[in-house]
Amino acid sequence: MSGIIHGETGDFEMVIGLEVHAQVASRAKLFSGAPTEFGAEPNTQVSLVDAGMPGMLPVINKVCVEQAVRTGLALNSKINLRSIFDRKNYFYPDLPCGYQISQYLNPVVGEGEIEIDLADGSSRTIGIERLHLEIDAGKSVHDIRPDATHVDLNRSGIALMEIVSKPDMFTPEEAGAYVRKIRAIVRYVGSCDGNMDQGSLRCDVNVSVRRAGEPLGTRCEIKNVNSVRFVMRAIEYEAARQVEVIEDGGTIDQETRLFDSARGETRSMRSKEEAHDYRYFPDPDLLPLEFEQSWVDELAASLPELPDARKARFMADFGLKPYDAGVLVGDQDFAGFFEAVADGRDGKLAANWVTGELFGALNKVGKSITESPVTAAQVGTLIDRVSDGTLSVRLAKEVFEFMFESGRDADDLIEEKGLKQVTDSGAIEAVIDQVMTDNPEKVEEYRAGRDKLMGWFVGQVMKASQGKANPAAVNKALSEKLKG
Amino acid sequence: MAIDKATVLRIAGLAHIEVEESALEGMAEELNGILAWIEQLNEVDTDGVEPMSSVVDMTLPQRDDEANDVATRDDLLANAPETEGGFFVVPKVVE
Amino acid sequence: MSNLTDLTIARAQAGLAQGDFSARELTDAYATAVEAGRELNSFVAETLDAARDQADASDRRLKDGEAGLLEGVPLAIKDLFCTKGVHSAACSHILNGFKPPYESSVTANLWQAGAVMLGKANMDEFAMGSSNMTSYYGAVVNPWRREGDSRPLVPGGSSGGSAAAVAAHMAVAATGTDTGGSIRQPAAFCGVVGMKPTYGRCSRWGIIAFASSLDQAGPITRTVEDSAIMLRAMSGYDAKDSTSVNTPVPNYAAALGGGVKGLRVGVPAEYRLDNMPAEIEVLWQKGIDWFRDGGAEIVDISLPHTKYALPTYYIVAPAEASSNLARYDGIRFGLREPGADLRETYCKSRAEGFGAEVRQRILIGTYVLSAGYYDAYYLKAQRVRARIAEDFSKAYEKVDVILTPTAPSAAFAAGEKMDDPIAMYLNDVFTVPASLAGLPAISVPAGLDDGGLPLGLQLIGKPFDEETVLRAGGFMEDAANFMAQPQWLTEGAAS
Ligand SMILES: [Mg+2]
Ligand SMILES: [Zn+2]
Repeated sequence: MSGIIHGETGDFEMVIGLEVHAQVASRAKLFSGAPTEFGAEPNTQVSLVDAGMPGMLPVINKVCVEQAVRTGLALNSKINLRSIFDRKNYFYPDLPCGYQISQYLNPVVGEGEIEIDLADGSSRTIGIERLHLEIDAGKSVHDIRPDATHVDLNRSGIALMEIVSKPDMFTPEEAGAYVRKIRAIVRYVGSCDGNMDQGSLRCDVNVSVRRAGEPLGTRCEIKNVNSVRFVMRAIEYEAARQVEVIEDGGTIDQETRLFDSARGETRSMRSKEEAHDYRYFPDPDLLPLEFEQSWVDELAASLPELPDARKARFMADFGLKPYDAGVLVGDQDFAGFFEAVADGRDGKLAANWVTGELFGALNKVGKSITESPVTAAQVGTLIDRVSDGTLSVRLAKEVFEFMFESGRDADDLIEEKGLKQVTDSGAIEAVIDQVMTDNPEKVEEYRAGRDKLMGWFVGQVMKASQGKANPAAVNKALSEKLKG
Repeated sequence: MAIDKATVLRIAGLAHIEVEESALEGMAEELNGILAWIEQLNEVDTDGVEPMSSVVDMTLPQRDDEANDVATRDDLLANAPETEGGFFVVPKVVE
Repeated sequence: MSNLTDLTIARAQAGLAQGDFSARELTDAYATAVEAGRELNSFVAETLDAARDQADASDRRLKDGEAGLLEGVPLAIKDLFCTKGVHSAACSHILNGFKPPYESSVTANLWQAGAVMLGKANMDEFAMGSSNMTSYYGAVVNPWRREGDSRPLVPGGSSGGSAAAVAAHMAVAATGTDTGGSIRQPAAFCGVVGMKPTYGRCSRWGIIAFASSLDQAGPITRTVEDSAIMLRAMSGYDAKDSTSVNTPVPNYAAALGGGVKGLRVGVPAEYRLDNMPAEIEVLWQKGIDWFRDGGAEIVDISLPHTKYALPTYYIVAPAEASSNLARYDGIRFGLREPGADLRETYCKSRAEGFGAEVRQRILIGTYVLSAGYYDAYYLKAQRVRARIAEDFSKAYEKVDVILTPTAPSAAFAAGEKMDDPIAMYLNDVFTVPASLAGLPAISVPAGLDDGGLPLGLQLIGKPFDEETVLRAGGFMEDAANFMAQPQWLTEGAAS
């Protein structure tokens, strides 16, 4: 996916900025003591505060503040020791107070930057504009009755971190890598579970296009895109749409759009049509959020190892390439699994097994790493059996398949199925002799100078040994015997 | 006049309050009267003065992360004009 | 023994303690008064049966020696306070039928102290007004009449029902709330004591919000001592209100007495308005003389930005209100006026549910916050507000308390001042500055105007120095020796 769109009148580039809404991992909501459980019955996780009942007042949740600051630190961003909560005023049925408590001019986290890893092995720095805390709205359900919308306030008041990037991305791939990186960071920090299916992490995508060298074009905001794949597809569609509009002589209206994942297209949101004037002002029910640098320093000191540090360590300790290391650390569970496999073994070998065989097998059955039927220790033993010559790589792959199906140990399966590699020179020589006896004309040809036949002989010997012969031993013995 | 009929309509739209066409003129006049009176604040030199958003001299108190305050659904819905299946019900929203 | 409804809190408690009468008898006496006083329209909901139950419970506690600070004291509660299962509508049609499933922190404190609720007191809709004329439930009639004039007068506002109920002896005391003068001005108009404590002293939790940075609950009583007793019961830190201040609540009544010798009383030049009625000037001077004679030091002070307090208030309060009142949308509670679609339902419900004054203030507030105007109006006002607060802190380097009139006039007739909103705003010219600065202030009835109507003097104190305000207020009360009674009481309900 390139960021260049070849229009009829010339090339355009796309400029992308992302606003990621990450639900803060907390027991209670941002300004109330209501629980944050996902999937509960409608309107059963709501306090009177979240419902905007008359006279109700917000009180902020300490842990949510802490998580925002920890995330800000992990995003290499400036932590503001004084920030302000503002009201963003607009009417919507799932916004009970008629305003969202958010942070406008003075967010808790300011500018910073993160690195993203691209498939070609390069990496890029993407600017972070800010991270602020705000409350989530409730949920409007439109399909229970044709004439009505049903409102569930369970989500109302849940703490969100809105992480805003600078318009620093120029291809859908970069945007995808950025979202994955943000997701990795919040999961490492433990400030958000990163679950995009349940809406714990959602993206608003700002897309504009311009001819090379021109200033930024008018952007459209695509709301609430809930997977990395959709983010990329929405960008592609939207950029192409904008180019088409411009080339047809039209202009882009700054508007809010919706990504229809079934059709793979974006469309204008009618409900948000009305010109917005949010009338932000500091929430008079709240005071400025202030804390000490020493507290921030404590949080910084207690942060876990973050994806970038882990990636550097994987590259140094296991000799991994940047992209592979990046993919591995992108998911904490992957990275943890890999580390357990690689512990005391050849890192590259471990990486090949984990990213190749294991991920492939998991993908095929649609399971996540945490649901893997084979444990890291089991994969490790399998690799050991290759290293100690018990298994050839081919046999090992066969053993792995059995392991994945049954969840049993490699050694059991090798024993039971008699898959042990044959290294015994007597046994191998016997097979070689048999092959040579059966094919005297090939032996003649080889001896007459057709070196290429060596491969054919190896193949025959392996076949005759049902793949169990050690290929190195076969090679060595064959070349000696064929010389005559 | 700072506020004309169109402005009243726009503000009323933002505030989600229906205003009769016949009332616009009078409202514009009233609002202008009040705003003209408010304009006297421009006489005050406020250069370098921090806007005051709270009179209490303290920082934001913070609550422990405890899920200990949930309303019963009955209490939540008791005063609602229309409910169904545990939801609040409103006229159809078109997205 | 005098009529039970003539007793102050302090006297009623003494009588209850001595067993002269029961809490039930006291409440019954008030229930009769409430019913007899319906034409004043002080109450928008009576809860007399529940009151009798509360009184019976009080009697049991009195018998068991477990009496609280306000045991058995029958109160009127402003309709702005949410009271569990009871009409709580801020006297607005938009909260039609609303019965909250919760109790405001202040009223919970009062019931904890043993007080009895007689009903919900009338008020200006959402506390927006200075005459009680904006209530959806109709105007309140001031129990006072001008001499030789039978026209009904307004009780002031917004806590007009509260002040009228206390003045007409339909409640021993009442809760009020004060955003720009809504306790002090009606107290002055009705010849009773009204006290607004420091912002942050009483919890705002469960009080229907008008302007969050200004709203503060306080007592309306017949004496300063009663205000001290009741404020103590109302006050206290509340973790549910982020602007509640965590300082201990003193025994305010203990601060009373002891005179004002050495007390530095500030008299601000800027409160001397050009066309202020002479009798208010005279009363203010009397107040100054009382303090001087009592040994206080009178200090001329300047609060240079006083003139800008009202316009500042009329930006800040409507701005906050426009946002606070956005929750009244006909979805989770209150009035819904069906429209063709959602938007029309919103717009019709809010047009129908809010009265003219509230609608106008929402529009002003929306305008001053809207794109392009925020800096010029709202931010500017918050800056001027800072200067007004600064005026006070400078003054408090030189004085302990500030003495001013409470309002620029006595009670006026219903319908007067109605055509010009700014003339109506001027009612609060002396009360708004202290509100903007969050300071404690009290209005004490101090004399009568030429028409025989009560006038109040106001004392403004330092933050959380309610004790000095009450001590000075108590001194002034003694000095003024205000004994006049409203015609409602002297001539009987039928006059
Ligand atoms: Mg956003
Ligand atoms: Zn957001």
